[in-house]
Parts: sequence; C-alpha cells; structure tokens
Amino acid sequence: MQSTSHSFKQNAHHALNDATLQRALGNIKTGFQEKRRQVIEALPEFESLRDAGRDIKNHTLANLDFYLERFEENVVANGGVVHWCRTPAEARETILAICRRRNAKTVTKGKSMVAEEIGLNQYLEANAIEPVETDLGEYIIQLRNEPPSHIIAPAIHVTREQIADDFRRHHADLDPNRRLEEPRDFTDEARAKLRDRYFQADVGITGANFLIAETGSTVIVTNEGNGDMTQLLGKAHVVVASLEKVVPTLDDAATILRLLARSATGQEMSVYTTFSTGPRRAEDLDGPEEFHVVLLDNGRSAMLGTEFQDMLRCIRCAACMNHCPVYAAVGGHAYGWVYPGPMGAVLTPSLIGIEEAGHLPNASTFCGRCESVCPMRIPLPKMMRHYRTREFERGLAPPKAKAGLKLWAFLATRPTLYRALTGMAARVLGAFGRRAGRFRSLPLAGGWTGVRDMPAPEGRTFHALWAERRAAR
Amino acid sequence: MTSARDQILGSIRKSLGRDALGGEAAAALRQRLASPARNLIPDRTAGLDDSGLVRQLVTKLGEAACTVDEVASLDEVPGRIAAWLQRENLPARLVQAPVLQGGLDWSKTPTLEVKTGTADGSEDTSVTPVFAAVSETGTLMLQSDVATPTGLNFLPENHIAVVRRSQVVGPLEDAWARLRSARAGAEGGGHTMPRTVNLITGPSRTGDIEQKIQMGAHGPRRLHVIVVDG
Repeated sequence: MQSTSHSFKQNAHHALNDATLQRALGNIKTGFQEKRRQVIEALPEFESLRDAGRDIKNHTLANLDFYLERFEENVVANGGVVHWCRTPAEARETILAICRRRNAKTVTKGKSMVAEEIGLNQYLEANAIEPVETDLGEYIIQLRNEPPSHIIAPAIHVTREQIADDFRRHHADLDPNRRLEEPRDFTDEARAKLRDRYFQADVGITGANFLIAETGSTVIVTNEGNGDMTQLLGKAHVVVASLEKVVPTLDDAATILRLLARSATGQEMSVYTTFSTGPRRAEDLDGPEEFHVVLLDNGRSAMLGTEFQDMLRCIRCAACMNHCPVYAAVGGHAYGWVYPGPMGAVLTPSLIGIEEAGHLPNASTFCGRCESVCPMRIPLPKMMRHYRTREFERGLAPPKAKAGLKLWAFLATRPTLYRALTGMAARVLGAFGRRAGRFRSLPLAGGWTGVRDMPAPEGRTFHALWAERRAAR
Repeated sequence: MTSARDQILGSIRKSLGRDALGGEAAAALRQRLASPARNLIPDRTAGLDDSGLVRQLVTKLGEAACTVDEVASLDEVPGRIAAWLQRENLPARLVQAPVLQGGLDWSKTPTLEVKTGTADGSEDTSVTPVFAAVSETGTLMLQSDVATPTGLNFLPENHIAVVRRSQVVGPLEDAWARLRSARAGAEGGGHTMPRTVNLITGPSRTGDIEQKIQMGAHGPRRLHVIVVDG
C-alpha cells in the first residue's frame, strides 16, 4: 500500500475538519471501550492472563526460527505448502502464481491486514483477477475504493448514509427505491450479494490470527463467518500471515484467545474461531483442494533483538487505538498506511522506515492508555520515545523543533539562567493574564493557541514554590 | 543462491544472536510441543460437577445469543426440532449431518422433510452434532469429517446443534485434550487435526454498520442448541 504517513499533519488537520468523520468516530467509546470494560470485570484472572500471554509470545519470539520450522513440517505433513516470502513483492507474486495455476477469475477474501500490507487487491486487479472482500466492513470500503481505517472495524469512519449511497451505486440491479436505513437493511443486502461470490470463487484468501507449530494449523477469528465461507467454498485456500503469528501449541492459543476477543470487541470469544489444517481429506464432503500458507517477513525478523522486538507480540486486537485520544480525534486514515493508532505508530516506522513515518511516533500525548489496555503488555509509549530519539539523532526532526530543543538544552544545562528566565516569564505572563486567566494568542506559541487557550501562570514557577516549601519544613 | 526460507531463518538467527538451536535446547522445545502444558486457566469452571458444567454452558450459550432446549434423551430430539421450527415460523425441512443418520429417528415427525449430507446453500436449517461443548464460554467445538461436513455449520440460515451431556467440558483446554486423544487413535488417519475445527460461540453477527450488532452476517442467523441428558 502506498503510504501518506509523511503527510500526517495535513491528514490530521483534514480529518479534524471532516464533520462526517467526526460523527462516525463518536461511536468508538460506547462500541468498544464500555464493552471491553464490562467483560474484563467479569474475569478476575484477566491481569494474570496478560502476563501469561506476554510470556508465551516472548518465549516464541526467542525461539522463532525453531517454531516456524516445526509449523512448516506440520503443514507439509498434512498436505499443505508453506511459501516463505521476504518482501511484499514476493508474497504478491506467490499468490498470483497460485491463482494463475488455478485459472482463477475471482478470489474471495477474508479480512487480512497483511494482505493490505502487501497491496494484494490492487496487484490482483492489475493482473486481471477480481478480489472480492467478504467481511462487511471490508466490502464497504472496497466499494468506496478506500483502505481500512481501523484494524478490526475497517469501515468505522463511514456513516450509514454514505453506505446507502455506495450500495445504490454499486448494486444497480436492485430496486432503486428500496429501503436502506437500518443496519439490518445493509447486512441483508450484503449477505445476499456476497453469497454467490463465495460459490463462484476459484481461490479463497484469508489472513491468520495464529499459526500453531504443534499441529501446522492456521487460525482465523471472526464474527461474521465470512472467512469460513471463503476457505470452505474456494477451490484453494491461501493463508497470508506474517511470521510472528506463530505460537507453540493449541493450549498457548487458548490462553491468548482469552485475551483477544475481550480486548477487541468486549466478547468472551468471537463467534467463529477456526483452525484449518491442510486441504480437505480424501473422504471429506467439502473444503478446499489445496492449502497454502504465504509466510511474510517484510522486516520483522530484523526487529528481533532490538528495542522494538516487543511490538512483535501484538495480536491486532485494536484495544490501543480504541482507547487512544489521538486516534479518536483523527481516525485511522490520517496515519497514512496500513496500521493506525498507537500500534501503527510503532509498527509503521519499523516496516516502512522512519523517513516516511517519523511523524507517527510523535502523534501521541503519552497519556499511556494504550499500554494500560494492551493485552500483551507492549510498552507502546516507550517505543514511540525510542523512535523520537532516533528521529532526532538522524536529524529528521523539523528545523524549528531542532532549534527549539537546542535552545531549551542550552538553558536547561544552565540552572541559574534558566530560573531567572522562567521566573521572569511567569511573572510577566501572570501579570498580563491575570484578568482573563488565559491567553487566546501568544507569540512563539501559535501552535498551541491556534486550537486552544493557554492558561495564565499564577506568577511563580514550580521551582520557586518547591524551594519555598522545602525551606519552610 | 540461498532460498527465501534460508534467508528469513538466517535473519531471525542473526537478530537473536545465535545459530540454529540444537542439542538440549531443541530437545526441550520438542518436548514442550510433544506434551503441551496448560497455562493459567480461569477458575470459572473449576470444581463444577457434570450438572454444574451443563448449567454454566446453558447460561453462557444464552449470553452468546443462542437459544437452548434441554431434553432427557435422543428420542425426543426430532419432535423438539419440529416444534422449534414451527415456533420460529421456519420451513419444515432440514439437512442433517451424515453421522446423525440412524441416530435420530425422524419417523414420528413425518411432516419434516429431512435430507442427509452437506449443505449447498439452498437449505434453511441444518442439524449437526458437536465434538465438545466448552462451558467456560458457551463455545461449541465442531470438527470436519466425512460424516460431519463443515458446510452445515455456515451455509444454512439456522443451525441446530445437538450436544450430549458427556460432551460438555469446563475450559477449552479440556476440549483440546479430548481432540488429541481422539486423533491419536485410528480415527486420526495420521493427521494431527481434522481439516477444520470450528469453535462457535453464538450465531453469526457483524458490527460493521455504525457498530450496531446485527445477527446473520454471513453464517447462521439463529443457533439453537439442544442439550441431551445422557
């Protein structure tokens, strides 16, 4: 996928002024945060399970080569194939070759963020193969020719009025005067439209939430059942997964499953958790004839052993973005690439480079909510700070920020001068701002006062007050 | 030229600062895979006896938006299914999993049209067994097999699952243990797992339209569970 992460500031500005988007984003709080809170309150062991989940992933990452080899052995033992791909291009070409061999005209797709990462849809279209997204949210944004704006609710930025327009435009064979108002109307129409596509599809492509080394199984977690129809009715099942999805055993998956749906949608379990192992067996009445796992690296193996290794524990539940004030304000598209929110602010620069995505780790107030809700206890703010440091060290920060930091460093390392200057500033600002209690605009602080007022200081600095209290004791 | 596989594995090892694992380290990991240990399991189902597990299952099925019927024996199942279809205003026809043929006696419900096999998308209602029922979360475990095809779990609008009391377990790990021992026997045919294992918790749904939950996105709109005592 083509990135616009370098334009984060303009993207965010645009998003903040988009009234329709702002209305759509209003649904996040009741939809995700409240449900998550309730379901977690009903499980006393949740915090201990977070520790267990973190430990499983840490163990797996420390032995990643071993578990990937066992996974492959077991896929092959069950009649499937693993395709190791270093880059998005290798993954796309591998999938195209499978489709070509099956003479595929259409492929159905379950929801997959890795497929977005490798730009699969555009590539298949360019090669005369029609990809059909089957997750309702993904289907909607495919009609709109947009990327997903959220990793588990891809169409969260779209209102039902917009979807009604899209459905009327694309489903031109249906009665133009039909009712498209209630969520039910849209769900039924999409269900009917997509039914035939499953049966027509030559290949079904899904992602994977887990790869099980013990059994060579791939696992998808969905609520709609679209990923199941995709793999059941396609003649070949292609799983596209990044290599950190592997876990050792079914029992390890069971532990992480207790964290996943609760953190994501506030369910105890998603409706469908499906383990797929090889192609259909000789005697089976249904199922795919071929089973392929396209295993993507795309820079992840290089994250191991660095300060960003912990990011590879991510299970893509989206709790971090559901609780992020920045995400809630600007939505997912502003982040400019596949993965938005706090997890995207760390993963995007890791995968496509800090030159392109350096703004994202700055798109944080460091409030810490992302880390506090992350089921895998990923220290997201700490990793964003590492990226800020890198950005500065490599001279990528904007000139104004560099100059400002230099000035601040000069003052901060000269305490007498620092105290004198800040003391004066506090007195002057305090005097000028006493009546209103705040400033609507200030020289050199336009970035702040452009969108909110600056509270007036009360006349003394923290340093001065602190020293006074110490003396009084 | 080294393959992509070797390069990826090499890159992982380089980042981890070591060579491929061998000797004792590899043996310990092989052992971890060969006899999987359980991690922390919530207390929720600990200490429940058979009927406690069934009560927990029924509660959790309800929370997952399933409807539940409880019967004393398998003989009652066809009559209860006919009554349920009537109550829900559904057509009096269904497709049953081949494994149920002979097990369910439909002779007393002659108005029901009963077909046996997998689903082709034209059926309204399917009837299947389960492999296990996880009372911790109200989750049904179904496995693919010549006699239990997966299409029945997804294609019809209504899915009726028949759960035997003996199939009810506490946590998911107990269901895995049962599956592993079933596969270790002749049934497994050398495969560690069936082609498909579905964990199903309630009927299909979506929240993709403004986060308002709707049932029946692609899979069944209704999931009706009949728990058979014995």
